[in-house]
Amino acid sequence: MCYNLHMEQETVLNVHDLSVTIDNNKILNDLNFFVKKGDVLAIVGPNGAGKSVLFRTLLGLFPYSGSIVWGQGLKTNYIPQKFYIDKDLPLTVREFLEFKNNNLDVIVRSLVSVGISDDSHGGHVEHYVREHLLQHRLALLSGGQLQRVLIAWSVIDNPDILLFDEPTSGIDVGGEETIYNLIEKLRVERNMTVLLISHDLNIVYRYANNVICLNKKMICFGQPNLVLDPTALSQLYGGTVGFYKHEHSHE
Amino acid sequence: MNNLGLQLLTAVLIGIGAGYLGAFMILRRMSLVGDALSHVALPGIAIALLFNINPFIGATFALIVAIIGVAILERKTTLPSETLIGIFFTLSLALGLILTPEPELLEALFGDITKVTFNDLILTAVSVVAILLIIPKITKGLVLGIMSKDLTRSMGIKINMINFIFLLMVSVVVALGLKVAGTLLMGSLVIIPAAAAKNLSNSLSSYSLWAMLFGALSSLIGIFLSIYVGFTPGPVIVLVSGAIFLITLFFRPANN
Repeated sequence: MCYNLHMEQETVLNVHDLSVTIDNNKILNDLNFFVKKGDVLAIVGPNGAGKSVLFRTLLGLFPYSGSIVWGQGLKTNYIPQKFYIDKDLPLTVREFLEFKNNNLDVIVRSLVSVGISDDSHGGHVEHYVREHLLQHRLALLSGGQLQRVLIAWSVIDNPDILLFDEPTSGIDVGGEETIYNLIEKLRVERNMTVLLISHDLNIVYRYANNVICLNKKMICFGQPNLVLDPTALSQLYGGTVGFYKHEHSHE
Repeated sequence: MNNLGLQLLTAVLIGIGAGYLGAFMILRRMSLVGDALSHVALPGIAIALLFNINPFIGATFALIVAIIGVAILERKTTLPSETLIGIFFTLSLALGLILTPEPELLEALFGDITKVTFNDLILTAVSVVAILLIIPKITKGLVLGIMSKDLTRSMGIKINMINFIFLLMVSVVVALGLKVAGTLLMGSLVIIPAAAAKNLSNSLSSYSLWAMLFGALSSLIGIFLSIYVGFTPGPVIVLVSGAIFLITLFFRPANN
């Protein structure tokens, strides 16, 4: 059942018989999958399916049984779904990025690379970043800008693998695709592997080369257009969700 | 060194340390903890006095017991820790009020910086320097921990350890500051200058600097003012910090 587009690539993550039990509830049950270098692996499933728990377990934040083997010497960065930034938090964009890197030029470059733009003036991007954005309070950014700053923050220290929990929560529908395009652009530019949790099957068809359907246990694993069939989807979402066939177009 | 110089220097150092730590207490929404924590020192002082031990040691011991309690509460996030802190910390105040010998009670409650010794100054200086050196090293974990514990842990930062170090610093500054503002008011000296600083700041660096400055200013102005009006310095210092807070309210940056 395991199809992969590039068998020659090295495996960056191997998961065997992974189970997680919290307070006597089985949250994850016997997961088996692998991730190859350069993959975009999407994890889909209903609310409470254990998607976020899977990420946190992969990061070593939860006790588990089974085995999780990351490739050696690989740097993994994580962007959680929930990020609490109080409106009053006195922390500038620059100070936030300086938690990762003290070099101003590196900070500016990473902000420019995530397509930060000046909505109001449309001036020169680097000038806008240096003179305005960096001095801005993080809490006062718009949803879309904050997401871009978070992405810049997550790639500034050159990770090999990025774990992204619902990259577009808190962003309007129009902005979602831009964020995924950005992630895809960065993945190619920086030769990264991406694991992402998404609720949007269209996004999965479009950007992921592998998908895990998760509802506590693994219902499917493989290429989206091969494994996301009506049976899998009805098992995943309880049968009431109408199946929509993805119109396939390769760019 | 004359006594006034000793008082001023000690109180200003306490103000700096308390303001700096208070800045993080407020960010972590622990204002109530900061205020209530100082109450816990009273039974510690009382027991120390009863057994003829240095009250500072009794206070520090009581505070460390209390922060271990807070650390345990923080891990069990399902509990309404604010309620529990509100209950236990005031109960310990009640217990302390009964246990403290009458002649020492007023000083224990409101502090008396005029009785400060040269040894107190040395101890304060060493502690405040330690705070100024240690907190910058854990700032990243303290701030990221507010935004997302999972993210912070995923970066290999030991949140529980950092929390504990932080609260340990807070109890040291509170124990030292009992000389300045007493068990009833020391918590205010941690919280109010930082609250005032937050009104003026966009960035973490200016926030911390203003908090230290306001802490120092409160002590400085408070001591001179207390001599002028002939009242115990502790409450005057806290009132000065309150006045600074009221003034900064007019300078709050507009949200955008």
